[in-house]
Amino acid sequence: MARTAVLGRLTWLVGRVTATRQETASARTLTLDVPGWTGHRPGQHVDIRLTAADGYSTERSYSIASTWTGTSIELGIQVLSDGEVSPYLGQVLSVGDSLELRGPVGGHFVWDPGDPRPVLLVAGGSGLVPLMAMLRTRIATGVLTPMTLLVSARSPQSLLYAAELAALSGAHPGLAVTVRYSREGPTDEVMGRWDRDAFARLTASVAGQTDCFVCGPTGFVEAIIGHLVATGHDPSRIKAERFGGSQ
Amino acid sequence: MSDTWIDGNVLAGPLGELVSFEVTTALARCDECARVSVLAETHVYADGPGFVVRCPGCDIVLLRLVQDTAGGRSWLDLRGISYLQVRLDT
Repeated sequence: MARTAVLGRLTWLVGRVTATRQETASARTLTLDVPGWTGHRPGQHVDIRLTAADGYSTERSYSIASTWTGTSIELGIQVLSDGEVSPYLGQVLSVGDSLELRGPVGGHFVWDPGDPRPVLLVAGGSGLVPLMAMLRTRIATGVLTPMTLLVSARSPQSLLYAAELAALSGAHPGLAVTVRYSREGPTDEVMGRWDRDAFARLTASVAGQTDCFVCGPTGFVEAIIGHLVATGHDPSRIKAERFGGSQ
Repeated sequence: MSDTWIDGNVLAGPLGELVSFEVTTALARCDECARVSVLAETHVYADGPGFVVRCPGCDIVLLRLVQDTAGGRSWLDLRGISYLQVRLDT
């Protein structure tokens, strides 16, 4: 990407919640209007800072789920039961409230819609959020880049963006979505353990010169990278984002 | 030390407050094992009061970052990095 202006150091912005949408029992979408937002690339995130009355502050990273349209962004918030920030963002914050945020940030885990190479996206749990930005950007820009999304969710009830993913199926040439449930759900060919053979079958159509983006819990991402490398993918074409714990 | 690490993508914001280049796409050479890693692919332990960044190859500490938001200060310790290679076109 050409540098169009001298980059400055990052500073904090203020966003205002304009909408919330419950996605699952423990996850929701926050729509924020951020005056001064200069645009983002699919895969980038923001850092959100909460400050208590006594001055204590803490920050966490949240992926942007939306494609760039003006000053509005959508974040995917998965509430962690032991979380310090996510319960507030996922359950307390209301329309009209304001938040401190820094971003967009992250230049590594980004997809360039101008790159024609086929793309394989692999999501574990809420790792789907930044990959949705890539998928939505592909649709919004009208490019025909072959894109395959594999999603691993615990159950149908915990699948983010379920209705949108279902509606995508077969609606866009070159775009394929496969969901598998790790703990329960309808029995089909992708049900059950996602072992290396199953993974190789699922990804056979996109082997070769494919750019891979993998996002999810650290253990999940490490396992998938192992599968990708073992099935012939070029490690230098695999980009990952790992958020640690279990969701 | 927690056994659950995250990766260096998380450093984009905290380090972006200190430097004006895209730091997570920079290559960092480990001073211990000589492995060269994209900073976004390093192992980050974020459970403590700051970030501890370790080499994916030998686990040595590459970088530590502590922020004192209320005091308006940060400490950046680059003890394990012998060089950073930064792309100027990003």
